Amino acid sequence: MKRGGIDIGSRFVKYVVLNDGGTASFYKSETGHNPLSVCKRLISSDKPDKLTATGYGRHLMEVWDDIQAITEIKAVARGAKEVFPRCRTVIDIGGQDTKVVSLRADGRVLAFEMNDRCAAGTGRFMEIMAKALGYAISDFGQVCAPDNDGNITINSMCTVFAESEVVSLINKGVGREQISRSLHLSIAQKVIALSKRVEVNEDIVFAGGCAKNRRLISMLEDSFQKTIFVSESPDMLAALGAALY
Amino acid sequence: MSKDYKDMWKGLGLNIDAHDGLLSVLTNAYTNIYLSQKERPKGMSYFDFVISEVHGLRIEELLNAKAKGKKIIGTFCIFVPEELILAVDGVCIGLCSGADVGSDSAETHIPRNTCALIKSFIGFKLSGICPYVETADLIVGETTCDGKKKAYEAFDKITGKVYVMEVPNKKSESDMRLWKQEIRQFAEKLQAVASKQITPEKLREAVRVVNEKRAALQRLSRLRGSDPAPISGLDALLINQISFFDDPVRFTAKLNELCDELDQRVKDGRGVAPAGAPRIMIAGSPMAIPNWKLHAVIEAAGAVVVGEESCVGERNYRTLLDDKFDSIDQALEMIAERYLTIDCACFTPNDERLDNIISMAGKLRADGVIHYSLLFCTIYMMESYKVQNSLKEKEIPFLRIETDYSSEDMGQLKTRVEAFLEMIKGA
Ligand code: SF4
Ligand code: SF4
Repeated sequence: MKRGGIDIGSRFVKYVVLNDGGTASFYKSETGHNPLSVCKRLISSDKPDKLTATGYGRHLMEVWDDIQAITEIKAVARGAKEVFPRCRTVIDIGGQDTKVVSLRADGRVLAFEMNDRCAAGTGRFMEIMAKALGYAISDFGQVCAPDNDGNITINSMCTVFAESEVVSLINKGVGREQISRSLHLSIAQKVIALSKRVEVNEDIVFAGGCAKNRRLISMLEDSFQKTIFVSESPDMLAALGAALY
Repeated sequence: MSKDYKDMWKGLGLNIDAHDGLLSVLTNAYTNIYLSQKERPKGMSYFDFVISEVHGLRIEELLNAKAKGKKIIGTFCIFVPEELILAVDGVCIGLCSGADVGSDSAETHIPRNTCALIKSFIGFKLSGICPYVETADLIVGETTCDGKKKAYEAFDKITGKVYVMEVPNKKSESDMRLWKQEIRQFAEKLQAVASKQITPEKLREAVRVVNEKRAALQRLSRLRGSDPAPISGLDALLINQISFFDDPVRFTAKLNELCDELDQRVKDGRGVAPAGAPRIMIAGSPMAIPNWKLHAVIEAAGAVVVGEESCVGERNYRTLLDDKFDSIDQALEMIAERYLTIDCACFTPNDERLDNIISMAGKLRADGVIHYSLLFCTIYMMESYKVQNSLKEKEIPFLRIETDYSSEDMGQLKTRVEAFLEMIKGA
């Protein structure tokens, strides 16, 4: 039986199909303004026998075709546990939310925390800041100045205020590498603050699109003083978890 | 609404256009959230009717009462003793507003980061859409949270009708002395406003009416302890909200009729959700009408809300008042004592609230507790941490929600609530 999991996020729709032979196919497409049509297109390209939806748009699918839905919290926990069987904590920085999920030894969710309603410290925040500094999001992590190079801090976590802080730093002549570093640091600190509200046990898995950012991973490792595990496709973990459900 | 009340509203000085807007939003929300529910008890039809006439027939009743010389007393808090109001033949109306209306005009008097409930009552008044405020002869405030305490200054400026009772912050002997004094002064104020004397007979009758209302609400709460739950949390919340402005005697009779029906449902094992559906108890800030947001999210996700540890809920009816008094003085003392048992978060240290939450969760057979605070409601937000710890000790699942009346956080709210339900079901 082919099992599909579709994760309808604010920025991207991720789709995973687990084939009979044990192989998996991954698909990803921008969410855009009509997520349902994006989902339909992805599904029809590789039809599963059973489908589970997750992500903030999960109920779209439920309404459309009575497709079962689970939250991205449960899905990402399941996906992370599959790839990293010793996983006890998942940090997930997605397009519009940041989550820290604490798992029991058997993989069930023990507790979770999410960011407040605004985009502070989320993938969207990263994107906007990268753009303000003239970087492609895929390079953003590589362009930060090393830790010992000056001490700029971005105090504001609100996307709008942070952007204006960035602009005023640029105008003061501060290098964009230094600004990048401090932006990364402010996101890492946000995650640390969130994680203090749940139990953080090892292994820690970092999921979501932002987990492709090497600098963010190393900053989190430094703060936790622990190894952080990242899969090859960290943005697919929730879709994978849904497929496994 | 059964008839055209435009003239009545104009006579009260309402802003007819804005008021029409409010009514249509309210009707839509009610149809979507309430009338779409499955397996509703028949007895809810009375409460549906009350809602459909909330700005119509009920206001007409109040105006008729006024014409007969009765006084309409508006309140915002369960610390204001309804018994005393009834004892001067007054009508007690809870004024709390639960909709995001007129926030921008409210913000010309109070800061943006004030809780939604306060913003709402000021916004309602400034937008000219609350017929209750206009009908009221006296509006009673109290020194509970800082937000309300200061907002009453602004509200008095706008309405000129506000009288403030001082509620202490602790429950020591000296606090009790102060509170007893406040109760005596309030009784005097009411007698002056109504030009009536409180007699022991009148007071005894008032105590009976209010006790019966509270007993009926307690009965409803007990019935919600059954699995499957015989009534939805939304409907039970609505009944609690209506208890603040409906005629108490009629309300009690109708609620008892409904409870008879629910008794039968429990006997037949019939419920609004299948047996074993997750049972959620809410604790925290009051949910004033028409604030149905959290209940709607929880119940749409397949769970049932089985109780509200809130002022629009258990805190309002937990304790009855003893009517064995020989004199007015003694009665006033007993009233003061009864009201000071309220475990509002404005008290310190208020540890009795923690015990009450645990015992309620047990009686209602709750699978989890969601602590609800309105944004900027510091006192309940602060207490949520103590609640979290004491529930953790008992291994009762806990979720903290902070929200307001807007719908911009609906997506996140749904995710949080649904993930919490998944956690409970998985456990
Ligand atoms: S929460 Fe406290 S202040 Fe608010 S209505 Fe209840 S008792 Fe009064
Ligand atoms: S909800 Fe909280 S902040 Fe608002 S009036 Fe009530 S006690 Fe005060």
